[in-house]
Amino acid sequence: MPTKSLSAEYLKGLWDENPVFRQLLGMCPVLAVTNAVINGIAMGLAASFVLIFSSLVVSSIKKLIPNQVRIATYIVVIATFVTMADRFMAAFFPPISKALGPYVPLIVVNCIILGRQEAFSSRNSVGRSLIDALGMSTGFILALLILSSIRELLGAGTFLGYQVLGPWFKPWIIMILPAGAFLTLGILLGIALVIEQKTKGRTV
Amino acid sequence: MDLLMLFITAVFVQNYVLYYFLGICPFLGVSKKIDSAVSMGLAVTFVMTITAVVSWIINHWILIPYRLDYLQIVAFILVIASLVQLVEMFIRKISPPLYQALGIYLPLITTNCAIMGLALLAALKNFSFIQTVIYGVGSGLGFTLAIVLMAGIREQLDLADVPKPLKGAGIALIVAGIMALAFTGFSGMIT
Repeated sequence: MPTKSLSAEYLKGLWDENPVFRQLLGMCPVLAVTNAVINGIAMGLAASFVLIFSSLVVSSIKKLIPNQVRIATYIVVIATFVTMADRFMAAFFPPISKALGPYVPLIVVNCIILGRQEAFSSRNSVGRSLIDALGMSTGFILALLILSSIRELLGAGTFLGYQVLGPWFKPWIIMILPAGAFLTLGILLGIALVIEQKTKGRTV
Repeated sequence: MDLLMLFITAVFVQNYVLYYFLGICPFLGVSKKIDSAVSMGLAVTFVMTITAVVSWIINHWILIPYRLDYLQIVAFILVIASLVQLVEMFIRKISPPLYQALGIYLPLITTNCAIMGLALLAALKNFSFIQTVIYGVGSGLGFTLAIVLMAGIREQLDLADVPKPLKGAGIALIVAGIMALAFTGFSGMIT
């Protein structure tokens, strides 16, 4: 395992290995809850909470887990934290919990979280896993924020519920429909690749 | 809601992929060839139907009577994981040709959010047993429909002149967007 500096370990989640734009993981919540910025942020925070604490637990007990049942163990750990996040949101933020519906419990099958346990936390120290989880979470929140800002702005003319665009603006209904999610993300992926090629061309 | 309407809603109107965004990973990953898309769709339909039955029984016979519904997430995911494993072993013994066709797709289904989504949504909507079964079959067929259509389009896309940055996942998502738009037309079917 090549030893990276801790800052590089954190920063890779933001762009080089951004879970959404580069690894195409955890797409279901990304598409489903980004019709409003507030939902995107709530989903990002909930998933980050689960990812960070699951990584902490898995990396600290990795020596105790028998290899054959590791996936099942990860799933139980993840499901525990998902249940906590779900109950917490239902108790303290009922409207958001209602808006996110089944997508909070569905964090349990989010491939980002299971993927990081299998690919990173099970092989690295607690500290490094924490940094990695923080980086991936930031990258995930960033992606949700970009997508939901575009969709809310064009679909409703608002940002976080505040009217941003004037009365001349006619909302593009398609952006808050499921179709808008697919189209926006598809175009964003293309843009991300163009940026990647441009920056690669300059540094090489 | 009568059962036919429920079935049509599950297949067309509230399609799992294009309306709920569930099962996007296999939808993008296994939709390059029509044959494998059909196999994946059938495997998902099969597991979804069984999951619908088992999760209903667990929910209504164990979790609700003993007020354990806060354990829903943990219970469902463990049941699904072991169920997929069981189905895999069962098919391998009973029907080797079917195993040949579905084999490699079955393990992938464990982490398919469509299955977990089905268990959670059916519990959320308070369906009766019959409704849950119809809903499971319908949702599975809806997934099959979406992934097979997608595979058909993507086979044609190979020959098309797609802008380079959009090749692969980018254009697949845009195509899915247009499909979702077409599917919103079905929402007029239920009032």
